[in-house]
Amino acid sequence: MSIQTPLSPAPPTKRAPTAKRRNTRARRDNRDGLVMVLPTTVIVIAVVIVPVLWNVVLSFQDLSLLDIRDAGPFQSLTMENFVRVFTAAGFWQSIANTVVYSVAATVGSIVVGLVAALALRQPFPGRGLVRAAMLLPYVAPVVAVAFVWQIMLNPQYGIVNVWGQQFLGWDRPIDFLGRAPYALITVIAFEIWRYFPFAFMFITARLVAVPRDIEEAAIVDGASALQRFRYVILPQLLPVVALLSVLRLIMTFNKFDDVYLLTGGGAGTEVAAVRVYDTLTGRFDVGGAAAQSIVLAVFLAVCLLVYIRFFVRKEDRA
Amino acid sequence: MNRLTAEQKVLAVLRWLVIAFLIIATVFPFYYMAVLSFVPIESLLLAPGRIWVGAQDLTIDTYRTVLASVDDGGQGFSRFLRNSAIVSLVVVALTLLISIPGAYAVARLKFAGRTTVSTLFLAVYLFPTIVLAVPLFIAFAKMGLQTSLLGLMFVYIAQTVPVSIYMLRTYFQAIPQSVEEAASIDGAGRLATLSRVTLPLAMPSIMSTGLYVFMIAWNEFLFALLFLAAEPELWTVSLGLAQLSGGIEVPKTVLMAGSVILTVPIIVLYGIAERALTEGLTTGADKG
Repeated sequence: MSIQTPLSPAPPTKRAPTAKRRNTRARRDNRDGLVMVLPTTVIVIAVVIVPVLWNVVLSFQDLSLLDIRDAGPFQSLTMENFVRVFTAAGFWQSIANTVVYSVAATVGSIVVGLVAALALRQPFPGRGLVRAAMLLPYVAPVVAVAFVWQIMLNPQYGIVNVWGQQFLGWDRPIDFLGRAPYALITVIAFEIWRYFPFAFMFITARLVAVPRDIEEAAIVDGASALQRFRYVILPQLLPVVALLSVLRLIMTFNKFDDVYLLTGGGAGTEVAAVRVYDTLTGRFDVGGAAAQSIVLAVFLAVCLLVYIRFFVRKEDRA
Repeated sequence: MNRLTAEQKVLAVLRWLVIAFLIIATVFPFYYMAVLSFVPIESLLLAPGRIWVGAQDLTIDTYRTVLASVDDGGQGFSRFLRNSAIVSLVVVALTLLISIPGAYAVARLKFAGRTTVSTLFLAVYLFPTIVLAVPLFIAFAKMGLQTSLLGLMFVYIAQTVPVSIYMLRTYFQAIPQSVEEAASIDGAGRLATLSRVTLPLAMPSIMSTGLYVFMIAWNEFLFALLFLAAEPELWTVSLGLAQLSGGIEVPKTVLMAGSVILTVPIIVLYGIAERALTEGLTTGADKG
């Protein structure tokens, strides 16, 4: 996006307007533009910016949900929440869970999305339909799909366990959502299932724009399909894969509903967002919840800065 | 050459295997959800391994139970549907109303602070919603908005406006500026140009943005849970389904009927606008 200040001299056009006209036009643009973004800016400030700042304040206050009604915004500040959060049993475990969960789900969904995009690259009859079906998990309501997964994975009557015992020779049903190592793997699989369509969409869109001539030249040179992927297509996809990684990592890191609905945060799946929720509504510990969410946001901000520092710059140079 | 053809053959087979696997993985859960929603719970417990149900076992009692109001011994989903519809439609209307001018301004007009505003909106889009949860929960509780649908709408609008501005902006940029210039030479003011020339041209993309916003509002769960958990009267479909699934007294197949009811509107809308939606979301992807 080119950045131009409103009054910077415009390049000469064919119908060169007088300087005065251009000036009023620029001024009008400026005024109209400000008026038009005003409602958005107001609502974003009211429902996002102010609450975030308030969250920062809350994180330094010792408040419980019960005394929140009488508490003013400038109650005495304390570092106690952070001390308590960092030393609480389970906090570091939840951070570790979150990291494993978000990294594995991000990598998994991008890899599956990439494979799907490549498999559907060449046209075949019914491709449009298959493509549309591929996006179902992404558009469907999370509550409904989490619930179907729960039923399918149920140890008593879940079809996965029934079939697993019948056809795969499992000795006993696996409690996919209730036992420690399985539960985390299952919520990761769910996340990959639900979000590979997102990667699939972006990578497909990018594949369309890969110039055909380089690839044809590679075919003439006798490059195999794998070589063409490795040396021609993959480099073209890297920027979009990097973007996807950041987007998905941020989104998954904050994920609440998927994990909460599948396991309620039990059996070794307590991720940070679920912990914030539990701290807030289960223990009525407002300050603690605020402090934990701040730690989360800071972690993400650092990730984002790293991305901008190392990836965005490189692309600009290339 | 030999290695090359061998690789080609393997990849050709692999490609179809991958496609088949992906179709099963994405479609089967929805198929299974639909099948289970039409059988009585005893039928599922008797034969949990089957994926096909004969016509004699089918029932629509599950749907009757889930839709009927609580007074009539049902689960009250009709009410939840109404709540969800009100929330989603109001959010779509207001979000479009607010974001169309915003997107137009960001796409076309050079005004002071334009880049700041764009960055701000992008940041909002990426901002962890759970960070907003604590203060909003408290704020709405303090203002007494906590147990009304109004608070929910506010939050959804703030969450969807940045995304729709991002989507609409790309569409507006794709409309050639010369069309608008022609209109303004003919004497049309900014508003007239916008309403008579630009908006009709952008209508398909406005529709798909609206659909995306609807999807977000309809599917949302966290804020509905935070604001409305104590008010069964005001539950949205998502929240209603989640709350009911916690209890053991509601048969699972009845809840599958609820899941179908929750999912169908989204799939129908998505079927209508699938192409426009994917294009809208991924425009700009090729730029990295």
